[in-house]
Amino acid sequence: MDLKELYQEIILDHGKNPRNLRKTENFNKDAKGHNPLCGDNVHIYLKLNENKKVEDISFEGHGCAISMASASIMTDLVKGKEEAEVKEIVNDFLDMIKEKEELQNKILNEDEKTKLMCLSGVKQYPMRVKCATLSWHTLTSAINDFQKIVNTES
Amino acid sequence: MDIDSIKKEFPIFDNKIQNNDLVYLDSANSSQKPRVVIDRIYDFYSKEFSNVGRSVHYLAVAATNLYENTRTSVQKYINAKDKNEIVFTKGATEAINLVANTFGQKYLEEGDEVLLTELEHHSNYVPWHFLRNSKKIKIEFAEINEAGEVTIEAIKNKITNKTKIISVTHLSNVTGAILPIKEIVELAHSKNIPVLVDGCQGAPHLKLDMQELDCDFYAISGHKMYGPTGIGVLYAKKKWLDDLPPYQGGGGMINEVKKTGISYGELPNKYEAGTMATAQVIAFNESIKFMEKVGIENIEKHERELLDYGLDILRKNNSIKIVGNPKNKGGVISFTIEGVHPHDVATILDEDGVAIRAGHHCCQILHEKLKLPATARASFGIYNTKDDIDQLSQSIENCKKIFNI
Ligand SMILES: Cc1ncc(COP(=O)(O)O)c(C=O)c1O
Repeated sequence: MDLKELYQEIILDHGKNPRNLRKTENFNKDAKGHNPLCGDNVHIYLKLNENKKVEDISFEGHGCAISMASASIMTDLVKGKEEAEVKEIVNDFLDMIKEKEELQNKILNEDEKTKLMCLSGVKQYPMRVKCATLSWHTLTSAINDFQKIVNTES
Repeated sequence: MDIDSIKKEFPIFDNKIQNNDLVYLDSANSSQKPRVVIDRIYDFYSKEFSNVGRSVHYLAVAATNLYENTRTSVQKYINAKDKNEIVFTKGATEAINLVANTFGQKYLEEGDEVLLTELEHHSNYVPWHFLRNSKKIKIEFAEINEAGEVTIEAIKNKITNKTKIISVTHLSNVTGAILPIKEIVELAHSKNIPVLVDGCQGAPHLKLDMQELDCDFYAISGHKMYGPTGIGVLYAKKKWLDDLPPYQGGGGMINEVKKTGISYGELPNKYEAGTMATAQVIAFNESIKFMEKVGIENIEKHERELLDYGLDILRKNNSIKIVGNPKNKGGVISFTIEGVHPHDVATILDEDGVAIRAGHHCCQILHEKLKLPATARASFGIYNTKDDIDQLSQSIENCKKIFNI
């Protein structure tokens, strides 16, 4: 195991200065996520326009460097994408964290994929995978309008 | 006291953990086990196993005697008046649930109050919460002060004529505060209120004397006392065990069973329904003997030294904030590092073989009050040394380096 792989510069940067850490005005979808093991909390706000494109996405919450960085990178990458594309990116990311070597989607460019792959270091730390996936599950829940709070333990 | 030779009695330290010597600073969560305890489980299953209290064959009688021997050892260890005041459970959690359930059934009515403190572990809150729904009771929380302790005044402030039971921790698993149990019990008894003590963190670290403490109930987890998992103790004054209804129903706890009615067994069987954690109970006797051999005074003294040493080192580190500063404190140091989330701290420390806990430690009420989503916690056991604390401190420096602090 290698801590340097887990705590890469880009993770530390996003962890310390998370992008989109605010609340979208006039959001039309949102969901909350909670990780009872760590106490990590995230609240995702989404504004989809009439063409179902993500006009804005933001989050509020607190958590470890991994969970903050993951939410930060995620919100950066899905902004401007269409709802169906967002779903594809989310599933692709979750598959990659779970088992796949690489990201498969054709939506993100190579730079964006490289950025996202920085989070793959958690694969070696099973207890930390949930930190990386919490905001992604919460985004899915926001898009699908689930009212239930996402809970990593259920 | 020769800690090195005591440490050698714990096989976990014989092996490397991910190529590191294990620096185990998570004993408040669960302690490691000495060889005598581990061997006892093996020996019992290999040479002596039988279910207890049922059959008359040789092994059954021998196993029953061994099982009851632990009860006597526990009775002596905590200086209970009567052997039948010792009830085996699966842990402190079950012990507290037993009291909340049976006392709640018999004595709590709508509007009655149960007094807890803001320091309580979830296992001394959730069982009472159930009664909020079923009996419409109220739960009050005695507040902590700046130092992270609960004073007798804080308890006094929350007692009303509706208070029917007080349930408090002996030693906080977060701030380390040791509560003034004797005073709390005296105050409560002067108002005819019984007291349950969550002794999960008290029993492994403090000298216990039930007759002197005079509390009505005391809950213990075996696995924090160098014993096996799956075994705990509820100490309860005999008058309560005679008076309260049974908890779980099943074999072993009955006297006579007819289609038209059932009578319950005598103590202690009344509260031990079904096949118990026999091997664990029997091995728990070895934990008690181990603690007696080391001596609780020596354990207290050693952990006090570690605590002072640890506090001294961590306080010198400007990036570290220690949670709480109780005057009377057990071997627990919860802390935060400015700019590093406790979970990142735990992962980075783990890389050096330093095992700590991060999170809310099952004390969300307390963390909310402290306005901290999570803390990192180092807690001590008899096998810890000053070297462990030096390694902790060094690994904390590594955290700061990784996070550019
Ligand atoms: C203060 C306190 N109470 C109760 C418990 C619950 O003990 P168990 O899980 O062994 O039942 C713990 C264990 O973490 C504790 O520290």
